Amino acid sequence: MRAYRAALHLYPASFRAEYGEEMRAVFARRRRDASGAAVAALWAVTLADILRNAAAAHWDILRQDLRYTARCLLRSPGFALTAILVTALGVGANTAAFSVTDFVLIRPLPFAAPERLVKLWERLPGYARMELSPANYRDWKRMSTAVEGMGAFYDRAVNLVGQGDPERLERTAVTADLLAMLGVRPLIGRLFTAADDRAGAPGTLLLSYGLWQSLFGGDTGVLGRRVILDNEPFIIIGAMPPDFHFPSREAEIWTPTRWQEQDFAERGDNYLNVVARLRPGISLEQARAEMNVVAARLERQYPKENKDTGASVVRLSDELSEQSRLLLVALGGAALCVLLIACANLANLLLARALSRQRELAVRAAMGAGRERLARQLVTESLVLAALGGLFGVAAAVVIVPLLGRLVPGSLPIAQTPSVDVRVLIFAALLTGLTGLGFGVVPALRASGNADLGGLREGARAGGGRKERLRSALVIAEVTASVVLLVSAGLLMRALWRIEATDPGFRPGGVLTLCTALPMPRYEATARRAEFYSRVLADARALPGVSAAAYISFLPMVMRGGIWPVSIGGEPENRTEAHTASMRFVTPGFFAAMGIPLHRGRDVSDSDTIDRAFAAVVSESFVRRYWPDQDPLGRHFQFATHDRSVVGVVGDIRVRGLERSSEPQVYLPYKQVQDGWFSFYSPQDLVVRSSANAEALLPALRRIIRGADPEQPVSDVRTLAQIVEEQTASRSTQVRVLGAFAAIAFLLAGVGIHGLLSFAVSRRAQEIGVRVALGAQSSTIVKMILRQGMWLAAVGVLLGVSLAYAAGRAMQALLAGVQPGDALTFLAVACLCVLMTILGCLFPALRAVRIDPITAIRTE
Amino acid sequence: MPADGPPDELLPLPPSTFHILLALADEDRHGYAIIQDVAARTGGALRLSAGTLYRSIQRMLEQGLIVETQERPAPELDDERRRYYRIAPFGTAVARAEARRLTQLVDMARARGLAPGRA
Repeated sequence: MRAYRAALHLYPASFRAEYGEEMRAVFARRRRDASGAAVAALWAVTLADILRNAAAAHWDILRQDLRYTARCLLRSPGFALTAILVTALGVGANTAAFSVTDFVLIRPLPFAAPERLVKLWERLPGYARMELSPANYRDWKRMSTAVEGMGAFYDRAVNLVGQGDPERLERTAVTADLLAMLGVRPLIGRLFTAADDRAGAPGTLLLSYGLWQSLFGGDTGVLGRRVILDNEPFIIIGAMPPDFHFPSREAEIWTPTRWQEQDFAERGDNYLNVVARLRPGISLEQARAEMNVVAARLERQYPKENKDTGASVVRLSDELSEQSRLLLVALGGAALCVLLIACANLANLLLARALSRQRELAVRAAMGAGRERLARQLVTESLVLAALGGLFGVAAAVVIVPLLGRLVPGSLPIAQTPSVDVRVLIFAALLTGLTGLGFGVVPALRASGNADLGGLREGARAGGGRKERLRSALVIAEVTASVVLLVSAGLLMRALWRIEATDPGFRPGGVLTLCTALPMPRYEATARRAEFYSRVLADARALPGVSAAAYISFLPMVMRGGIWPVSIGGEPENRTEAHTASMRFVTPGFFAAMGIPLHRGRDVSDSDTIDRAFAAVVSESFVRRYWPDQDPLGRHFQFATHDRSVVGVVGDIRVRGLERSSEPQVYLPYKQVQDGWFSFYSPQDLVVRSSANAEALLPALRRIIRGADPEQPVSDVRTLAQIVEEQTASRSTQVRVLGAFAAIAFLLAGVGIHGLLSFAVSRRAQEIGVRVALGAQSSTIVKMILRQGMWLAAVGVLLGVSLAYAAGRAMQALLAGVQPGDALTFLAVACLCVLMTILGCLFPALRAVRIDPITAIRTE
Repeated sequence: MPADGPPDELLPLPPSTFHILLALADEDRHGYAIIQDVAARTGGALRLSAGTLYRSIQRMLEQGLIVETQERPAPELDDERRRYYRIAPFGTAVARAEARRLTQLVDMARARGLAPGRA
């Protein structure tokens, strides 16, 4: 019998209370009549019956409650819409933030056993992560035992000719075993084999899914087809699946490295990214320890080339700057704040509503509805509101998430756009459920607990001081959270402004840039390149409005590396940061085209040829480092295999971007290079300054380039201003998102204050009426209301300010030098809060002043 | 919940509801007596479970088909835990309407020769 009594708990409590006793009696009768095997059968039938009917009884109640909820909500559409909107904001913000955070930080990389994949770097003083040279890569691979596989890759774009217009393709050259080590399979065809990767092997290539679709329409017949890349034939051996992005989403084709013995000659030629797979059971620390031993042994073996060269090992999934990580964590935190504020707001809304429904609930209780039944009805109501809000929130997130693609760092092997998928939807559903319960349960318990006959008395002042305190605490929490958000958004905005105000060292306005990467070995001869440049530049300068045009190896901020050790007076080369400079080959007119000031001496010139003394133009910081307070013109230094003398000094530019300090810059004349040398550094980026609309020059420039070489593709067309803007793109997206969150939070907090005070005024109408009747001035009443609002705001701001300071400290790395306790930001936020409080108090105060003492007292 | 609206709105009745109405048509009964009456009349073919019975009773009370009666039998026959139910006028009307509906159905089946009796 006890078992049956327990099983009855599956029924709704109200049903159990009504019929439980009788059902037990019925069961007792049957139990008495049964014996032997019939008892077991009776239990089986009874349990099945309970399960079926209990579910049905719950469903009956749910249907009833849903119908009742629908009626209630339709009766007060203002309340319903507010609650749905507030939930939608909370759920939408969090779903959007989660989909990006999950995509970037939580989800494992799309490779086999990704937790065992690591990236290896050389470590030098000043450079925590430096690419490897092929020679060091080969030795590391040979000497390490902690890894079961090691592969290398480097990015080098190539020109594709013969498939329609010539095109520039992002190519990644990989060692044969790399893709197999990642555990990926081609969609069609095969991966590379060791035979493909030998020196002198015929060229082979793999297509990315995107390129396979766009260039070949997804035709499986491409296998075995020959294409020409940089004048060399390659055979297509396969296409990769759509979700394969390696090393980043830019990659379009993959080829084997096919190194020759001379590629291993220069140990300081660092351009390789190296990925390794740890053996099962080997920890990251063990791998680090071993790689350090390997690096130390190599340093002993090559004391000159590998001086101070250590190793660093990081997980492939951690290949993410601290900044990108912080940026997303800040976003998630902000979204959580919005959700908390939304919940607090809703809880307050429902508390107020429950109090105003006290009479209705009391009537229902008097008609026999139990406390459980009432609470259940109220929780159903809040869950329905939450579900509707959640639905709208998810819909909003679906629209917003694609816009957050800029927050996905380009350094990861994942797609650009996070999507709202099953994981995200489950998260949103959980969030919605929790929100509904979170803001629904407490008011429901309080309201149903109070639903006694006292609520029926006309004029009863329901809800004592305790409830008032709870509501005040919720409003204070809202103010606190919105202050944290406002301050964080403010600090990040100041940081953004500060970065945007950074002088890049050149004038970005009115400059168009594009890339014509000349294929080798066709353009290996310096004279051949010079001919191309002079044709293009002469024609470009003749275009109307063009004031300057020039070529450079790599544009600043686009290519951040390209550095070379400097030595003075024959001292040995040192690759540490204090002894390197960025190296670029330029044509005459580059400084004028970029708007970089020439401080002393002259520009490089067409007469700086290979048979003349090797010249160099250096930046001011170069002079400061080597010849402080001396005349640098005519001085010599050893750089890029030659002795060079300074002919000019120009202003510094931000090669490494607006947020990082850059090495000093050295510019070399484009003609002073032997045929076939430094082909990586051959000028390829065209810079054109124009007084007219720079972008309108493009068709003419394309025509000019086609005239100089019909097979030459044009790629990466951008204005210089766009390149600079790109520097702060993810930041400004983040600031916009955070700003929107903060604005929502602020608004909700304002609504919270307004709601609380309005409610307080209507509940204290009689008291206020009595005060007015006793001669209180309007100003006294207004002051009374304001005092209550200000008190709430002051406590909220005080708490918020201290929390905001902590938040600012936590994201200091994102602040670009703005102090986490930035007085201006805090002051602005405090002023905003005072303003918000005054606005929130305004209407309740006006209503209080308008209370007619006679009416107010008469209702008593 | 008081009954209103025409009795046809509730048709067709779930079998258990119709049987409970039949059981209560001649006298007031408590729950277990209803189960026994239904079983007896159907020759044991329909044995209402406690859950089905009381869920039906709950719904029928809400629909106004039956009422709980405060009249109780002689104390020596009574059990204080028992609750007695009586068919309401609306319940009688609904039972009649259901019977009429079923009769019409059977007549139609007969006309096609699918049921015994006059064609």
